Amino acid sequence: MMVETLRHFGEWLSGTPLSTTIQNVPWIIPATQSIHILCVAFVMAAVFVVDLRVLGVLARTQSLETLSHRYLPWIWYLLPVLLASGAILIIGEPGRSLLNPVFGAKMLMLVVAALLTLALGRPLRHAADASARPRMYLQAGAMLSLLLWTGIVFAGRWIAYVASF
Amino acid sequence: MLETFFQWLHDTGLAETVRANPLMFPWVESVHVLAITLVVGSIAAVDLRLLGVASRSQPVTRVIHDILPLTWISFTVAVLTGMTLFTSSAVDYAHNGPMQMKMLLLVIAGINMLVFHLVTYRSVGAWDDAPRAPLPVRVAGATSLLLWIGVVVFGRWIGFVSGV
Repeated sequence: MMVETLRHFGEWLSGTPLSTTIQNVPWIIPATQSIHILCVAFVMAAVFVVDLRVLGVLARTQSLETLSHRYLPWIWYLLPVLLASGAILIIGEPGRSLLNPVFGAKMLMLVVAALLTLALGRPLRHAADASARPRMYLQAGAMLSLLLWTGIVFAGRWIAYVASF
Repeated sequence: MLETFFQWLHDTGLAETVRANPLMFPWVESVHVLAITLVVGSIAAVDLRLLGVASRSQPVTRVIHDILPLTWISFTVAVLTGMTLFTSSAVDYAHNGPMQMKMLLLVIAGINMLVFHLVTYRSVGAWDDAPRAPLPVRVAGATSLLLWIGVVVFGRWIGFVSGV
């Protein structure tokens, strides 16, 4: 039922003028993918710096508060650009993404990762000084965050290799 | 000479293993993409500080010190996975235009980093805390940022040009 609805939507979408333009101008897809990956690069670096600091692996002498203030906002600045460039890719090739189970998994992980980042943002920005060990729940959250964002990147690449329904 | 080398790479056991296991390429490629995002993102964070755009209240040395281990570890992973992917179709990739451009930009980025480190960075004490660094520093940051953007663009382009 859900698959059928998505299939009809995808077929309608691929017939729209916007979609046919994206399909017929060969540079749009690679250019959009490049912008998408560059934004992913900023987000991933920001996530990894903060999470690895929480886990005591990176920048141990720097305060968590400073790192969080410096890097976490990038995620929220770039998420709209990621959603917009992602939308262009979907409109251009609806069948490749909407009906792809890996794409579904990516979107699910993205929602959970975004909610987790939102939930951890406040305690991270008000975390204790550099010498103190972050609390247990922050470390668990950082570990989960690393796994989720890595999964998002992996899923993004695997969309190209897994067949749609 | 070079052709013989690429053919030899193509015939190595590693290349044969990648070709014989269809799932291996996408897995190695996924790790490669992950590593590249971390390399480019972490370098961009430093470049934006050099340009005086981000982290202006932090000393340059501090920003670099915090993030550099992530850059180097990710870069090592990116090189190892990249070489694995390259060997699997070494001859084809060697003739792939975007791949050649990507390698050229990587070499220039390396030279830019070396010059920055050996020349410009020596006077860091004088501009470490300044929100806006001297012109040569900002030029190095802008150059690095543009080169790495180019690396990502040409890297993505590789798959669109040939059948590899």
